[in-house]
Amino acid sequence: MVNLIWLLLLATGIIVSALNGHIESVTTSAMKAAEMGVEVAIELIGVMSLWLGLMRLAEEAGFIKGISRLFGPAIRHLFPSLKQDSPALGAIIMNLSANILGLGNAATPFGLKAMQELQKENTTPDTASPAMITFLALNTSCITLIPATIIGVRLKANSANPTEIIGTTIIATGFAMSVAIIVDYIIRNRRRR
Amino acid sequence: MKVIAEISRWAIPLLLLLIPVLAYLRKVPVYESFVAGAEEGFITGVRILPFLIGMLVAIRVFVDSGALETVSHWLQPMFAFLGLDPNFAAIIPLAIMRPLSGSGSLGVATQLINQFGPDSYIGRLASTLQGSTDTTFFVLTVYFGSVGIKKYRYALKLGLLADAIGLIVSVWIVTKVF
Repeated sequence: MVNLIWLLLLATGIIVSALNGHIESVTTSAMKAAEMGVEVAIELIGVMSLWLGLMRLAEEAGFIKGISRLFGPAIRHLFPSLKQDSPALGAIIMNLSANILGLGNAATPFGLKAMQELQKENTTPDTASPAMITFLALNTSCITLIPATIIGVRLKANSANPTEIIGTTIIATGFAMSVAIIVDYIIRNRRRR
Repeated sequence: MKVIAEISRWAIPLLLLLIPVLAYLRKVPVYESFVAGAEEGFITGVRILPFLIGMLVAIRVFVDSGALETVSHWLQPMFAFLGLDPNFAAIIPLAIMRPLSGSGSLGVATQLINQFGPDSYIGRLASTLQGSTDTTFFVLTVYFGSVGIKKYRYALKLGLLADAIGLIVSVWIVTKVF
């Protein structure tokens, strides 16, 4: 499916550019995007190193285990395939907390760390494990309490009430997240039988 | 509301203070452990680079081609026919862009907010959409790529289903509340 979507994006883009008479924009767009990929990765290396360094401290001091023990029972139901005190749980909890607080650039390092830990417990290394799919469903549909970026945009556009969309945002994500959790649960149980 | 904003503001400085101090008290060699952990950041960054570039190139070529504007132009008569706000078609590019690219959809949302006004129906809907879902497609490809997963199974469908629900509920709640 990913292969097809990737191809469709690229091919549609090129064909539409040709039809719209600006085929040369394909070249600049592709080159710029490739450059941007490097910029994003380099920036991420800095932030990732910072958070993974801190996370190692937290691990060695036993905090991550503590957090897992504290919040673990609540989210354990969602990850029945994980080991009892799996180190993945700590990273998952940190990632979700960062997402909820809207700390986007702290969420990514914890998320990638969680994937690495989940991969260690994955019995089929080239195929997504159920725990990974549950984690990604939670991650991408996670509630953000304060969508700070968009509030900033509204503020700049002279909104009478920039924060009035917080309620609607939480309701929309709340529904999305609930549906994701329920559907994921149903699929997992059906496959296990 | 204010409390949450304060928590967001203090969260990182407090973590930066508390983790090292408490780890030190527990006899962890704080600086050396930090450096050892930080080393992983570089490897992960390099590992996700090809996935980032692959996705960003395809998405950018698609977005810059103007295909989204064409699609929304085509759909405009349909929304008018259904009795919806005729401006509704303007939301379509944002809805398609949201799962693909964070910066791309932020650009579209910003443009919609400025064009229709932040307190208009479209402005509020664009804000809610931008704030509510994540870049599902992008996150999946990069996260899976970072650990070498090739078969996603039902992950993408599940993520996109959540996005679709987010879109439908956004339209419903914004129409109802404001």
